[in-house]
Amino acid sequence: MRRSDYLLKRTLQALVTCFVAVTFNFLLFRALPGSVVSNLSRVPNATPALKEALTREFGLDHSLWSQYGSYLVQLTHVNLGVSYQNSRPVIDNLIADLGNTIPMVTLGTLISIVLGIVTGAVAAWRRGTQLENWAVAPALAFYAMPAQWLGMMFIVLFSAYLPTGGMVDNFLINPTPVQHIEDLLRHMILPSLTLGLVLYGQYTLIVRSSMLETLSEDYILTAKAVGFSKPRILARYAFRNAMLPVVSVVALSLGFIVGGAILVETVFNWPGIGLAVYQAVLYRDYPMLQGAFLVLTLSVIFFNLVADLLYFRLDPRIR
Amino acid sequence: MLPEVDPSVVEPAGVIAPAEPGMPAGRRASTSPWATVWRAIRHSPSGLVGLAILAVLILIALLAPELAPYGVNTQVGTRLAPPSGAHLLGLDDGGYDIVSLLMQGLRVSLLVGFAAALVASGVGATVGVVAGYFGSATDATLMRITDYFLVIPTLPLMISVADIWGPSLFHVILVIGVLSWTMTALVVRAQARTIKERVYVKRQRSLGASHRWIVSRHVLPQLVPLIVANTVLNISYAIFLETALAFLGLGDPTRVSLGTMIEHAFLASAISQGAWWAIVPPGVLVAVIILACTLFGRAIEDAFNPRLRAAHLGARSFTRVRVPDGSR
Repeated sequence: MRRSDYLLKRTLQALVTCFVAVTFNFLLFRALPGSVVSNLSRVPNATPALKEALTREFGLDHSLWSQYGSYLVQLTHVNLGVSYQNSRPVIDNLIADLGNTIPMVTLGTLISIVLGIVTGAVAAWRRGTQLENWAVAPALAFYAMPAQWLGMMFIVLFSAYLPTGGMVDNFLINPTPVQHIEDLLRHMILPSLTLGLVLYGQYTLIVRSSMLETLSEDYILTAKAVGFSKPRILARYAFRNAMLPVVSVVALSLGFIVGGAILVETVFNWPGIGLAVYQAVLYRDYPMLQGAFLVLTLSVIFFNLVADLLYFRLDPRIR
Repeated sequence: MLPEVDPSVVEPAGVIAPAEPGMPAGRRASTSPWATVWRAIRHSPSGLVGLAILAVLILIALLAPELAPYGVNTQVGTRLAPPSGAHLLGLDDGGYDIVSLLMQGLRVSLLVGFAAALVASGVGATVGVVAGYFGSATDATLMRITDYFLVIPTLPLMISVADIWGPSLFHVILVIGVLSWTMTALVVRAQARTIKERVYVKRQRSLGASHRWIVSRHVLPQLVPLIVANTVLNISYAIFLETALAFLGLGDPTRVSLGTMIEHAFLASAISQGAWWAIVPPGVLVAVIILACTLFGRAIEDAFNPRLRAAHLGARSFTRVRVPDGSR
């Protein structure tokens, strides 16, 4: 298949999925049991007049189709509604939350990728030795731990040395930019480390099996026969091919990590999109929940697309 | 003359087809699902370890009411009392005995894990077999739906749905089950497609065998180990999700599970009081269950997928990931 064809086909597919996601997102929050108005008004004995006024204000007296139409129109204007919690536009809240989530998640992902690649490569290289066990066993152990629990353990263990909640130290008055960044980084260590550790186990296993597969290829045997040194074979010939599936898996999981940070953000009170979802549930803030849900779904679709295109770019065999 | 005969498949009369390697082994060896699974993992030490741990845990969970030294609804001392001779792991924030809570929590968590995994594997296997066996438009439609379920951020959706439905054990099971079938569906579909193309299946078709006969006699029996392996992995996934939902306050408030124990330890300032005995045990127990399921599930999978054998803990099915190999 030609590159432009593939690109076009894949992008169109992603757009269709986006559309389905938007529709589903609309329907899910219309399928709530109980009247939307009584959820909205949240007054135990709201008068019929108030209910009617609310129904009209939110356009709930229109048909489902016309509600869907106006939902789509408002989406094109990037209007996701207004949060019940702070009466600000949902989109503004989400942008602020994403801005907080992304640095923490990025650091966590970097930790997991580095740990995963190093332990996976070591395990494959030293296959069948004690070293392999020492590389794989901790990876499996961390993989098996619930993220929220590992976070709590870290709070218990490190609360004397590192901040364990929030993003900034509120008692730091008028910090210089350098102080501010240092403060942020200190707050970021524990949440990012938790995320990195619970995620890296799967990368270890993927890197390991991918390396093993590559090392059994004929061209590696040829390289050995030619007499290249082992480090050179590993670094120059095996590693690059072995990274192919890893790149795609990492890109795919990126989309889920943003949503998966809910637990870590809740434990460490990190004001990101995960905590926003948690609080939206707590306060029955449906516009916020709906908005967050849409953003998370779209980010998964986007990263899936990126993963496919990257794979297409990197691996000439599937062209 | 049978209408569906495909001329390319008809053998000359009198030629007896040699047995195919993938064919069920006839009457000599037992073909019951459990016998097949047992043969698969008999020689895998890690699989046996996983199975043994699971068996012990299930036994403890089943006998929890008899084994537990104290009731889970009786306060037996001051809150967050440290471990002692009478209470090996101390008391939690309500003054309940942690060992007893763990046993009861194990019972509930395993129940959620098994029930949700059965739902997930049931839906996944059905979708996979139907899509893989019938192919064409059915396949395309089902795969589109699966594609969509693959991109849904599972945890946020579960939180929304669990919140809408209200907290109860049944809802937790249903939400987890209904939202985690995609991986099973993809794996089963791929395998069903290859079985369908085998010559003996085509011959049966040409002899007039019904779809139901072929699916129940040839396709399903060969898929059993794969489905069992996926179910075991789904159990660990479901237990994980249960702890997550419980942690976010969406579990069943009337039952003790490992998830609610972690939640309680978090909310009840066990951390600030340094009450490690309330925090450490439930998490360790969850990790042990997940490890046991992972070891057992992968051992079955490895035994049935020779391509994975070189890479003993292979990448596949470990992440819920679809690699774009063009075989959608």
